[in-house]
Amino acid sequence: MADAESLIALNGIERTFYLGDSQVHALRNVNLTISRGEYIAVMGPSGSGKSTLLNLIGLLDRPDAGTYQLEGRDVTTLAPDEQAKVRSERIGFIFQSFHLVPRLTAAANIELPLTLAGMPAAERTKRVEQALKEYGLMDRAQHRPNELSGGQRQRVAIARATVQRPAVLLADEPTGNLDRVTGEEVVRLLEALNAQGMTLIVVTHDHALGARARRQIRMEDGGILSDVTRAPDQAT
Amino acid sequence: MLIADSTRFALQAITSHRMRSFLTLLGIAVGIAAVILLTSIGEGVHQFVLAEFTQFGTNVIGISPGKVKTGGQPPSGIPTTARLLTMEDAKSLKQLPNVTGASPTVWGNSEVASNGRLRRSTIYGVDADFIHVFSSTVQIGSFLPSEGAGSSRAFVVLGSKLRNELFGTTNPLGARVRIGGLHFRVIGVLAPKGQFLGIDLDDTAFIPAARALELYNREGLMEIHVSYAEGASSATVAMAVKNRLKLRHGHEDFTVTTQEDMLKTLSNILNILTMAVGALGGISLLVGAVGIVTIMTISVTERTNEIGLLVALGARRSTILGLFLSESVILAALGGILGLLLGIGLAQLLLLALPTLPVHTPWSFAIGALVMSAIIGLLAGVLPARSASHLDPIEALRAE
Repeated sequence: MADAESLIALNGIERTFYLGDSQVHALRNVNLTISRGEYIAVMGPSGSGKSTLLNLIGLLDRPDAGTYQLEGRDVTTLAPDEQAKVRSERIGFIFQSFHLVPRLTAAANIELPLTLAGMPAAERTKRVEQALKEYGLMDRAQHRPNELSGGQRQRVAIARATVQRPAVLLADEPTGNLDRVTGEEVVRLLEALNAQGMTLIVVTHDHALGARARRQIRMEDGGILSDVTRAPDQAT
Repeated sequence: MLIADSTRFALQAITSHRMRSFLTLLGIAVGIAAVILLTSIGEGVHQFVLAEFTQFGTNVIGISPGKVKTGGQPPSGIPTTARLLTMEDAKSLKQLPNVTGASPTVWGNSEVASNGRLRRSTIYGVDADFIHVFSSTVQIGSFLPSEGAGSSRAFVVLGSKLRNELFGTTNPLGARVRIGGLHFRVIGVLAPKGQFLGIDLDDTAFIPAARALELYNREGLMEIHVSYAEGASSATVAMAVKNRLKLRHGHEDFTVTTQEDMLKTLSNILNILTMAVGALGGISLLVGAVGIVTIMTISVTERTNEIGLLVALGARRSTILGLFLSESVILAALGGILGLLLGIGLAQLLLLALPTLPVHTPWSFAIGALVMSAIIGLLAGVLPARSASHLDPIEALRAE
């Protein structure tokens, strides 16, 4: 099932939440294989389990049953500190509300994953410099998030998510808090990253955004309803 | 995460709420300042009192007649069988090993008349050893000569104040002085000694003990003061003194007090005093610590989002724990430094305003206060930091 090419292999994943007396099956028997370099949109109504799926892939949550293999390694049973290491090195998160630390400058926000990983300062400065250049944020480096526009904030967030060069980029409604034009910019940026070979998983309500992905997964009631891959030549 | 980085991160968090952080660390600062100030005063009083008591030298043993004990009979007018301390007792103690001097002591209050003036002063009956035992110095002339008990001549040595009162600036040596009903010739003046517990040590006159016994119509000495060689054990010397006097008196009808014991007891009492006032200051420190717990709890709640983000970016639980702990430790340590400066400053101001009040801040207290504030920060931070590190990252990211 999990061949050598697959980046992510989910097998029989179950996740149940308890809200008071009632059980909520956020995920039921989810099987999913994702290869390196894929561009996936996960869509579905709220409560369909798409965010839970994203959290699970991002190792923020644990399944109640089933196995999760990341790059051929079973990460379901890893100790919390090991999981933190995997999150730090292999996974990048992008959030709807950016989640920038308000008191830190754009540069310091981008630097945060490297700092947390304990990288020496000289190396960090070099990497941040490069990221700022790549994302066109050089003149914004010393600004705090409240001095940045929405598009710039999300660009800082994307720079932060990719500064460790993760294997997979998880984006939860990345354009949800942006207007159409800046949203479009951000999506282009993400797609450019994907074109460079980074696996991109986007969770969204927005059909227009979802339609751009090569592979579209629809979820409902914790299960995968459909999983369609378009012919590669149609990709923009 | 590197320690330097987590420290910087914590500092940034502290400085992002300047007012709030300042007020919080002010709480600790006031507590530390109170502890420093109060213990400084306590320690100053301690040193002052000890200095008062040690100005006569520390290796002195006092022997007084009588022994407090519980007897079987009610007082019935029968005189006690306690033998008096005599000049001979004092003389025999001089020969003990390690003993450098033994001065018989009798004191009283008499009118001293000379040079047409009259003054009531304290009269001490002592012998030549007195000046060694009490480490006094002669300003002019000489002290009482050492001579046999039966043949002590009627000489007097004046305290500096008494000399000034009676003779002013004129030379008193050789002058005749009447004390009570007896006549004496001045042979020396002692250097000023100052006050001891409110008693003016310079408003005194020293005459031979045998003459004082005669003057006050006494048969026995009030006390014998024995000094012993530096480095000799006070317990050994006290034991030797006890044995010698027991031999002479037949049983122990006297009390031996070493100054060392007395100072030790006194020092203990004063230490307890210092600790007690320090503990009073500690109460305000406790209030400051509660302030840190409060502000850290608020900070964790406010930054729930950020904690979720840190987890998503790959922070370990221990890293998050460390971040919040270092924040509260830095907060408390800054407060400690401020409090230290405040406390020392106030102590110095107090010293300026009231120069007679002894104030002393030992370095050990200052360092102790800093260490204590850091420990308080650590303890105060544990609860909020633990709750931060146990947050569910998904919930935390969702919180707004």
